[in-house]
Amino acid sequence: MEWLSDTVFLSRLQFAFTAMFHILWPVLTIGLSLFLVLLEALWIKTGDHDYYRHARFWWKLLLLNFGVGVVSGIPLEFAFGMNWAPFATATGDFFGNILGFEAAMAFMLEAGFLGIAVFGWHKVPRAVHFLATCMVALGASLSAVWIMVANAWMQTPAGVLERDGEFIVQSYAAAIFNPAMPSSVAHMWIACLETSLLVIGGVSAWYLLRGRESAFFLKSFRLVVIVAAVVMPLQLLIGDEAGRVLAEHQPAKLAAIEAHWETNRPGQGAPWAVLAWPDVAAQDNRWALEIPDALSLLITHSRSGRVQGLKDFPVDERPPVGLTFYSFRLMVLIGVGLIALAWWSLWCFWRGDLRPERIGRRRWLLRSWLLALPLGYVAVEMGWITREVGRQPWVIYGLMRTSEGASALPPASVATTLAVYVLVYGLLAVVFLVFARRLILKGPNLQEPLPGENSGQDAGTAYG
Amino acid sequence: MDEVQLFLANIWFVLIGLMLVFYVVLDGFDLGVGVLSLFACDEDRRGVMMASLGTVWDANETWLVLLGGALFGAFPLFYATVFHALYIPTSLMILGLVFRGVAFEFHENAVNKRPWGLAFGGGSLLAALSQGAMLGAVIAGLPMEGERFSGSVWHWLSPFAGLVAVGVVFGYALLGSTYLILKTRGEIQRRSYRRAGWSALITFAAGALVTLFTPLMHPGVADKWFNWPAMAWIAFLPLTALVAFALLLRSLRRRYETAPFVYSLLIFVCSFAGLAISLYPYLLPPELTIVAAASSSKTLVFMLAGIGMLLPVMIIYNGYQYLVFRGKVGAGHGESGSEAAGNAGGP
Ligand code: HDD
Ligand code: HEM
Ligand code: HEM
Repeated sequence: MEWLSDTVFLSRLQFAFTAMFHILWPVLTIGLSLFLVLLEALWIKTGDHDYYRHARFWWKLLLLNFGVGVVSGIPLEFAFGMNWAPFATATGDFFGNILGFEAAMAFMLEAGFLGIAVFGWHKVPRAVHFLATCMVALGASLSAVWIMVANAWMQTPAGVLERDGEFIVQSYAAAIFNPAMPSSVAHMWIACLETSLLVIGGVSAWYLLRGRESAFFLKSFRLVVIVAAVVMPLQLLIGDEAGRVLAEHQPAKLAAIEAHWETNRPGQGAPWAVLAWPDVAAQDNRWALEIPDALSLLITHSRSGRVQGLKDFPVDERPPVGLTFYSFRLMVLIGVGLIALAWWSLWCFWRGDLRPERIGRRRWLLRSWLLALPLGYVAVEMGWITREVGRQPWVIYGLMRTSEGASALPPASVATTLAVYVLVYGLLAVVFLVFARRLILKGPNLQEPLPGENSGQDAGTAYG
Repeated sequence: MDEVQLFLANIWFVLIGLMLVFYVVLDGFDLGVGVLSLFACDEDRRGVMMASLGTVWDANETWLVLLGGALFGAFPLFYATVFHALYIPTSLMILGLVFRGVAFEFHENAVNKRPWGLAFGGGSLLAALSQGAMLGAVIAGLPMEGERFSGSVWHWLSPFAGLVAVGVVFGYALLGSTYLILKTRGEIQRRSYRRAGWSALITFAAGALVTLFTPLMHPGVADKWFNWPAMAWIAFLPLTALVAFALLLRSLRRRYETAPFVYSLLIFVCSFAGLAISLYPYLLPPELTIVAAASSSKTLVFMLAGIGMLLPVMIIYNGYQYLVFRGKVGAGHGESGSEAAGNAGGP
């Protein structure tokens, strides 16, 4: 139990745990809020009230999810000062500023219109309501942009100069558009879309499998299939680009992800290990299933391109190998599997099977969507482990070590807060699942009064 | 220190003060309603209290997030020192906010509402107490060695911090009860008048003690306040607060609906303006000045363009949200309750 007296380790564990918990919720908020924009636009454009009822149904899930997302974000906002005070002092000039931007441009926008989007259906004109929905979605996506700018800068810091241990911004353009930023933002945002598509598609598939409101849920299912057919393959392309950025700017991380020990000799290609058993002490893989030249091809797009191996780096600058290797592979496997699922679904759509009278023939398709429901979350977590564990031992790549960034707190304090987070978040996750299940079992309210109609509850003028 | 930097740092001191006031006032009434809900006699009443916040609590809490981000960007050294030093009360505040925040949706969805009603009330109370203790600890000052906090994790705990915590809890309860007077009717409103009276008295007593002790702890503050020509100007604030307090008591007695909330706001604004003047030019008396904690001029300008310029816009759309949902809350709760409420009670 030595680690219980190591503040740096405990703070790392706490950050990892709280961030990995937090990210579970925004991914759905970001994707689902965009889906809601689509639904509301379709409702306004086609006048088909099913879209309105869809919107009301998914909003309930979004709201439940949103509550947990917001409260789990707050610990992170303060964690940099609490557990990472030297890091915060050194990076405030850029990093802190960007968090401020996130709050001002993204969170405020989202929160400022949320009330109207959720409670305002009967109180504001349709156009205003649609605007509110758009602003919530825009705010959520912008928050992903800004937080990824901040995180990408930790991966590939640029545009700053060190002065007395602090990183002072020289060029905002260079710091914001740091080398990892474009691919990181795109990859994260697409991951949010994918995860949400899987949730919406999976829930719709569940209803379809039960034969509940088939016509109604085929509407959402078909939308999901169309969007997924484009989005899922896009992720592979962006992921490939992210890998190339890695090779150029974080070669030690790339080598760890690929369990690649020896730099390949000129004229020879580097093999790509599909599976391996990395042995850090021996600085080699005990065994590996390899495809010759494939790593060179993936990274440099040439058969004998040079890919640096881990042995080129001092031992104390190498990230952990096994964890990054396997989390990366799981993410990529899921990514490729999702492309297959999306295209299979598209093919079924094209064959005319996604219609109420024929959907019964496609039970395996629906079952696959149901099983795939959690895969987006798994891929996101794996991706983040790859990225953040692969960044070690640096907190700011090449500039500041993680151990230099941690506050000098008594280990008992950090251990206590960590334990409390584990308990409380565990409780929240369980309660969320119970309530989400209940919402889904209950299903949509197909009698939901339209805005402008009278109902028992909403007596009075609709636009009062 | 060059003048541009000084000027920018001062602007950010004012802007952050503004954000703090927005947060304390807005989430203050939220948390205050939460504290008061602990005394609600049944879940239905608690439901109405929560419904009165349903449309605004998230936006109100976001001022805290903005405050955190802006502090980190504009005064990194202050952000790092304070939250490192206040590790324990900050963790407690977060814990409180977590329970308070999830309670809204969970209470709405739950069959057995009681635990989430308690999470709402207990979370609000914990958050308010911790915020008070944090404020008290900052006013009292934190020991530093070079750029690092050098005290223990328990340094914040002091009778003074306890006093400020009591003041903040009752101050929030005052805001919360006057907000409920504005938003509800019937029994809840009747009780809120009484609670507002009590809260006002205790807040006033705590405020007076804090005002007395602060100059005693920091000679610099005393010099500023009790120095003749300056005193005449600064005295304007406590005097306004005093008048607002008298008017508040009168409006409570006369059962006005809007005035008590407005006077409570005024008391809060005066108190925080007074606090800012007392602290100036320090962020953490007597160690850390505004200028020493500030980021580079370039960053302060960049933030001014990105955040400062957006402040009015944020205020406008947040204000619009209040406008849409003005009026009384109905008997139902949650979503339909708020909708019905707005319709039934709209002017
Ligand atoms: C639905 C989620 C999802 C899916 C299907 C994929 N990814 Fe991913 N990946 C993420 C979700 C994600 C992520 C969680 O969002 C990460 C972590 C940080 C980031 O920017 O994206 C990530 C990181 C990440 C990184 C690390 C970047 C770094 O450390 O700086 C690489 C190289 C890839 N991904 C590559 C891929 C490839 C080649 C995929 C094949 C299809 C793939 N990802 C699918
Ligand atoms: C939300 C998705 C995220 C997840 C799942 C995640 C995951 C992790 C993990 C697993 C670690 C521990 C790495 C280790 O110590 O071995 C970590 C550390 C850390 N991450 Fe992230 N992270 C996320 C986002 C971010 C973002 C957006 C930022 C910056 C804005 C960030 C900043 C940090 C910092 C400062 C540490 C602690 C220092 C360190 O251990 O290197 N993280 N995170
Ligand atoms: C890739 C990683 C992240 C993404 C995409 C992301 C996105 C979001 C989104 C969309 C929300 C709105 C609430 C919700 O949708 O559930 C949110 C909430 C929040 N996030 Fe994150 N976040 C990430 C990581 C972080 C990190 C590392 C921090 C720490 C600074 C953070 C701080 C916050 C805060 C403070 C909130 C609450 C905002 C509010 O009150 O509205 N997030 N995040």
